[in-house]
Amino acid sequence: MQVAFLAEVRVKDGVADPEGLAIERALPALGFAGVGEVSVGKAIRFVVEAGDEQAARLTAERLCEALLANTVIERYELSVLGGAPAAGRPSP
Amino acid sequence: MVVFPGSNCEHDVAAALASTGADPALVWHDETSLDGFSAVVVPGGFAHGDYLRPGAIARFSPVMAAVERAGRAGVPVLGICNGFQVLTEAGMLPGALGKNAGLRFLCETVECRVESSRSVLTQGVARGSVLRLPINHYEGRFTCDESTLGDLERAGRIVLRYCGDPNGSAARVAAVANEEGNVVGCMPHPERAMELLVGSVDGRPLIAGFVAAAERCARTALSARAVS
Repeated sequence: MQVAFLAEVRVKDGVADPEGLAIERALPALGFAGVGEVSVGKAIRFVVEAGDEQAARLTAERLCEALLANTVIERYELSVLGGAPAAGRPSP
Repeated sequence: MVVFPGSNCEHDVAAALASTGADPALVWHDETSLDGFSAVVVPGGFAHGDYLRPGAIARFSPVMAAVERAGRAGVPVLGICNGFQVLTEAGMLPGALGKNAGLRFLCETVECRVESSRSVLTQGVARGSVLRLPINHYEGRFTCDESTLGDLERAGRIVLRYCGDPNGSAARVAAVANEEGNVVGCMPHPERAMELLVGSVDGRPLIAGFVAAAERCARTALSARAVS
């Protein structure tokens, strides 16, 4: 079966996010008040061919850990597209 | 010098090494052996276009297994700028290099202090020396967790530190080494500080020190083969 995933990669808590901060600081000048906690990340979509959804999810997690996220400074959240968020927990 | 698609500093590094008497050679990233080499440099540039993250894809190139083996065997390995990024992505050095704090691409000469002579890059330079070296990067901010930073400080593995704060690096780290001191990652470009004509010759003692470490490695290998 084919399982479509969305991996959202952002900086971990405690790691500086200069892009998010730059956007956040620009907002008042553009007339937006009360908008904060801006964080910029990447969205990567891919399709895994596997025997079942659990096996697909394991492959997806391994891919995130090995390549899509630099786990020294980034976290990732995986969701299955076209369905509920993947039951696997988001990385810390 | 390991060359990836997108590397662009290999010729400057080769010229710098040759000027100190070394015998440099370019090795394309799909080679799987580095036998016969006494040292490895991963030069600067934009390997694989910095796609996904700088160094993220380069570290899966066929040559990297040989680079890792060389590092583990005590061969001097120097990653400059993008090369530093490749080595952190490959897990050969700790931490990661993120976007500069000011979100500007920096292209300037900065002062760096030699914090430790216990590395193949800084072994020929006295601790406390201040070197003027060019930096040329958008993602040079060294980041690591507190515990790792503490370990690096205590073990003297931070080998160069910016005198100022150009990019927000943790503890103003400009270059770090592995525990043995044979694998070094350096964001500034020593190969671009070899001639007065371009503004600084402070790269010369760094390159000379690295070449001396390579020569020592070559002699050790020869004597090991003689013994076996």
